[in-house]
Amino acid sequence: MKNVEVAIEQGGAAAAETFQPRIVGFLCTWCSYAGADQAGSCQLEYPANVSIVRVMCTGRIDPEFVLKAFRAGADGVLVLACHPGDCHYKEGNLRAAQRHAVLVRLLEQMGIERERCRFDYVSAGEGEKYAQVISEVVSSVAALGPLSINS
Amino acid sequence: MAEKPKLAIYWAASCGGCEIAFVNLHERFLDAAAAFDLVFCPCLLDTKRREVEALPDGSIAVTLFNGAIRTEENAEMARLLRKKSRLLIAFGSCAHEGCIPGLANLSGTDQLLRTVFLDNPTLDNPQAILPAAISPVPEGELTLPPLLDRVRTLAQVARVDYAVPGCPPEPERIWEVVETLARGGELPPPGSVIGAGTLSVCDDCARKKGDKRVERIYRTFEKCPEPETCLLEQGFICMGIATRSGCGAPCPDANMPCTGCYGPPEGVADQGAAMASALGSILDPGDCRGLNEEEIAQRVASLVDALPDYAGTFYKYSLAGSILGGRVRR
Repeated sequence: MKNVEVAIEQGGAAAAETFQPRIVGFLCTWCSYAGADQAGSCQLEYPANVSIVRVMCTGRIDPEFVLKAFRAGADGVLVLACHPGDCHYKEGNLRAAQRHAVLVRLLEQMGIERERCRFDYVSAGEGEKYAQVISEVVSSVAALGPLSINS
Repeated sequence: MAEKPKLAIYWAASCGGCEIAFVNLHERFLDAAAAFDLVFCPCLLDTKRREVEALPDGSIAVTLFNGAIRTEENAEMARLLRKKSRLLIAFGSCAHEGCIPGLANLSGTDQLLRTVFLDNPTLDNPQAILPAAISPVPEGELTLPPLLDRVRTLAQVARVDYAVPGCPPEPERIWEVVETLARGGELPPPGSVIGAGTLSVCDDCARKKGDKRVERIYRTFEKCPEPETCLLEQGFICMGIATRSGCGAPCPDANMPCTGCYGPPEGVADQGAAMASALGSILDPGDCRGLNEEEIAQRVASLVDALPDYAGTFYKYSLAGSILGGRVRR
């Protein structure tokens, strides 16, 4: 019995290592997308699991986009905004932060863990932080395993 | 005299309120009865399923189907009435979006049965009997239609021509639909919502609307609403901003926030997402200058934590028809 448990645990660990989560990242064009560009031009290494959707402002991200991403097979969603006070449109990032706070509460009731929907701030000069956030979000979603939404 | 077109009104997982709303046509119910031959309506007439089965396919002109699809029998009846009807109309919020029965999709079937039949303080069920598809009794076998794994909308099990939203639909709107069908009036493209508007309930609501900045969320028991100002601006979660127009806003008119029974407005796929978007835009955490990101997040959290049940509030009527459809199963 003990051996079976160990085997399952090891099997699970192996599956977690091989599981490559699919993550959709919504990035504001003014700060975070430029931050991603900087990470690229500095040749920083980070996992390639995040597919980027570039938006004019995180305030443009309707929570419906996030739900549709999950529905379409995303294991995680990432929203990256300008730092507070830096928004090109004054307070779109604050709207996004508030929508995110409401949405994660809704998602948790739907059985989708909060870690699968991350909100963070990355400026145009923060290539290092971009690479770090991507690595963190990929490893936390990989640890949770795949998300499948059955209808 | 030419034969009148046949009308069926059926209920699946429903409360009977849609039939009551239909009867609330009052004298115009007689006009409806004059225009149509009501061939099947278990709530109002002694009509049987076998009589529907005996009809030729496509012989019912219109079926108004209310109720969600909770059991296999509901799904069977939906498919049967689809086959027999030229127009199948999802009538009322349950058939359209799942409504209150759809909230069961926040739990698994096991959890549901346990709550209703075992763990309820008002129950006396010492033998822990649960409803089963087949129960042997001395006289033979009793059968019950099994529960589906989750509540479906009518459109998720059969092709639906139109939907009439509302819990229940307002009699004035029902009359518009019945009258249009009776005189063979022009209908919008199949798949459309009829008997409702396309905008939000705010468009119907007479309250004064100004700049929306909500410094605190209030639940309805926490304060008495001021009678003339927008309820959302007063901090109440009024779903009108994310709900289809057409009802005439009777709830806000009676000092009660809209709870969203007409479903999402035209072009919105998910009522809960629309409400999360609206609420996220109008919450006001105050002057955040000089605060760091952690402090801002705490302020936002203390604002939004005032509401304990987002899924139940935002998807009270539309969970089964929403993008996620309910709780994700593992």
